[in-house]
Amino acid sequence: MKKILFTLVGISFFLLPLMAQEDDLLSLLDDSEEETTEYVTASFKANRVINLHSLENTSAGVLDIKIGHRFGTLNGGFYELFGLDQASIRIGGDYGITDQLMIGFGRSSFEKTYDGFIKYKFLRQSKGKRNMPISAAFLATTAIQTLRWQNQDRDNLFSSRLYHTFQLIAGSKINEQISLQFSPTLVHRNLVLTNEEENDVYALGVAGRIKLTKRVTLNAEYIYVLPDQLAPEFQNSFSIGFDIETGGHVFQLHFTNSTSMIEKGYIAETVGNWGDGGIHFGFNVSRVFTLEKPKIK
Amino acid sequence: MKQFLLGLCLFMTVGLSQAEAQKYFTREGKISFYSDTPVEKIEAHNQKATCVLDVASGKMEFAVLVKAFQFEKALMQEHFNENYMESGTYPKSIFKGQIANAADVDLSKDGTYDVTVEGELTIHGIAKTVSTPGQITVAGDKISATAKFETQPEDHGIKIPSVVRKNIAKIVEIDVNVALEPFKK
Repeated sequence: MKKILFTLVGISFFLLPLMAQEDDLLSLLDDSEEETTEYVTASFKANRVINLHSLENTSAGVLDIKIGHRFGTLNGGFYELFGLDQASIRIGGDYGITDQLMIGFGRSSFEKTYDGFIKYKFLRQSKGKRNMPISAAFLATTAIQTLRWQNQDRDNLFSSRLYHTFQLIAGSKINEQISLQFSPTLVHRNLVLTNEEENDVYALGVAGRIKLTKRVTLNAEYIYVLPDQLAPEFQNSFSIGFDIETGGHVFQLHFTNSTSMIEKGYIAETVGNWGDGGIHFGFNVSRVFTLEKPKIK
Repeated sequence: MKQFLLGLCLFMTVGLSQAEAQKYFTREGKISFYSDTPVEKIEAHNQKATCVLDVASGKMEFAVLVKAFQFEKALMQEHFNENYMESGTYPKSIFKGQIANAADVDLSKDGTYDVTVEGELTIHGIAKTVSTPGQITVAGDKISATAKFETQPEDHGIKIPSVVRKNIAKIVEIDVNVALEPFKK
């Protein structure tokens, strides 16, 4: 009997410090921890890669004023100061209605075009409770070209000024450095110049970024237009450049063969040729303003 | 002798089960921080902090998901995660410490106690020893704790580029406020 008691006491002594030495209190909660879903953020520094819309949206209540600028082509030579004498500009604003739904508006000097868009991010890359390897968004844009009619005598319809674009944007922030996205696109033009040109133009955009430092990324995008849809003088758009982020601004500096900064333009109306120096230097400046402060949940 | 041993044994067993009940926890602790400079006031709030308090030993541990800090400006929040805290690499900030004057406070009795908590604060993957005064209030089976302390981003290896040097305070104030409940397995 005594032996048993001593053993019991011994065990108790042995157990006590074992229980008291709960080194890691937080681990108590770990086994019962309700997992949370963590959404991946900042796959790109801005909501545009260069010309293409990126996987990112403007946050809820935030107004993002954008000024885009494309100089003339480098092959203009010294006479044109390598394109610096010309400029094509787009001034616009994007606004986040929710974190996943945004709208935007802009005016381009190129063909005096107004454009508006709506972009809905219906899938958000996440890990944790809900594991989703990709983000995906749907973009719809309408552009209104307002140049004077070339032929005043003919019956000109307002609808002939309209261009619509539908785009799926799907991609992934593969790791902290690399993000990649694909953008299958349909550009619809109500009026085209010749019979040979298609009203509906199908294209596939590919874009990516590499984060060089915390505040600088290298971006590139290429848009492949499926064959036999455009007149032969039109080229596929290729752009490469840097995103430089400084506090409230993102500066995007790049080289591109497209003059226009909106879908119908850079996808279906790019004439510059990288092979012979038909390259524009350009930049986008983005400045955000918080119009509506988020409620702290 | 027999009775004494049996009693001791019983006492310890009871003691054991009590030690188990003497842990308090929350998953909805509030942690805020404030950076105040003449140029810019920055504050962020996190309402999802985890905290466990062991009443018997006076040990306290906190963990907080860096991404769950909410800012007034979305871009600020992005920069906080991307450029400063690198929350992809260091998802959690953790504090593991101890009530230094545990002998002076009896957390099994109702009341408000001034305490000093000492321990290791790990932010951005870099640990630093901190000591801060705080207050613990016991009311029935609820324990709440508050503390205010300061830390320097620099001490945790967070580099602030010269362009924004004037916007971000050298010393950041951290506010902790947790309401704990008994932990049951």
